[in-house]
Amino acid sequence: MEQEIDSTLYHILDEVADPEIPVLSVVQMGVVRKAQFVGTGVVVDITPTYSGCPAMDMMGDDIKKALQVAGYEAKVNLILSPAWSTDWITEKGRKALEGYGIAAPLSPEADKAVLLGNKRMVKCPQCGSTNTVMISQFGSTACKALFKCEDCLEPFDYFKCLK
Amino acid sequence: MNMTNNLIEYIYGIADNDLILGQRLGELCGHGPNIETDIALTNISLDLFGQVRSFYQYVASLQGANANEDTVAFLRKEFEYKNVLLVEQPNTDFGYVIARQFLFDVFNHLLIGRLQDSKDETLSAIAKKGFKEVSYHVRFSSDWIRRLGDGTAESHQRIQTAINDLWVYTEELFQQTDADKAMIALGIGVDVTHFKADYFKRVSEILTEATLQTPDSQYFQKGGKQGNHTEHMGFILTEMQYMQRTYPNMTW
Repeated sequence: MEQEIDSTLYHILDEVADPEIPVLSVVQMGVVRKAQFVGTGVVVDITPTYSGCPAMDMMGDDIKKALQVAGYEAKVNLILSPAWSTDWITEKGRKALEGYGIAAPLSPEADKAVLLGNKRMVKCPQCGSTNTVMISQFGSTACKALFKCEDCLEPFDYFKCLK
Repeated sequence: MNMTNNLIEYIYGIADNDLILGQRLGELCGHGPNIETDIALTNISLDLFGQVRSFYQYVASLQGANANEDTVAFLRKEFEYKNVLLVEQPNTDFGYVIARQFLFDVFNHLLIGRLQDSKDETLSAIAKKGFKEVSYHVRFSSDWIRRLGDGTAESHQRIQTAINDLWVYTEELFQQTDADKAMIALGIGVDVTHFKADYFKRVSEILTEATLQTPDSQYFQKGGKQGNHTEHMGFILTEMQYMQRTYPNMTW
């Protein structure tokens, strides 16, 4: 699923941070699906990561504000289908996650194996070891699970695969 | 009843379960047995509230006029809520919380899975979004059934008691109202009787894995889908509707 974002708007939206993960922009997160000039204004389609993500309303408001500062009147639509997937996090976004201390999502098969506790494959964002275990299937936000590194003993968040 | 009213009633039959169970789980915020479980139960609550918002926004758009998701969620009377009795049962102890969640999650996972194929585009989109979430819920509650059942003698006995007590509410999950039947005929609704056998088979398999007995009682309680609730419902609504009743039309 390609994002359809007008290049002028791209730079503005890429400055709007995800309120829960401030190193990631709403564009890198894959939450913005479409941003185009329509008539005299701008229409932006956003899609929630999880149905109950409390950050959605804030992202919508932040997007409107950023575009207003740049001189555009924006309308933000919330769309549900097609449903957001962790595949939509861009490569730049995945790197930013790791740098921030959140392990990026694995493939669906690997994700299942680690969340069922059978395999140790999630790389610790602190020391790089894969000797990690899940502490809880649910972490600090709906999109994350809580892990612990058995080598450096640091707890960390793992961004769950959603496809 | 006309088509729109039937559709709204049909949506209530699904969405009200999410609202009331979400509210019950929300009561546990800060009171879970440990921090991981506390976070997990409130995360599940959040998923359910997210899904219910989408359902109620759709209902509000069908009702038109001054309806919005808040009026749908907070300004109905008790008999207008169509949730099943199971989800309004109290958080007696952790065994009951998990048993209630498990008996509901297995059902909801099968239901939302099929709702993805609804001919109604909005319901199909909500289901596609929610299915990923409810799959995760059923994994969580099934794991806890196994841990408690196959845990200590104490945990085994307590989860078995909770399953036995809540079993009386399982049959109602498969009851269908006239609105349900009308929506099934149009290809919008899901015929839950089609997966009834599969439901009891899945539940029984996990209970067996957890070294627990599947109850064989044939006595069941029903009524929620007709708006006849247990005594717990009034208390839930009193707390949940307080703000909107005290400060009508308030917004955050």
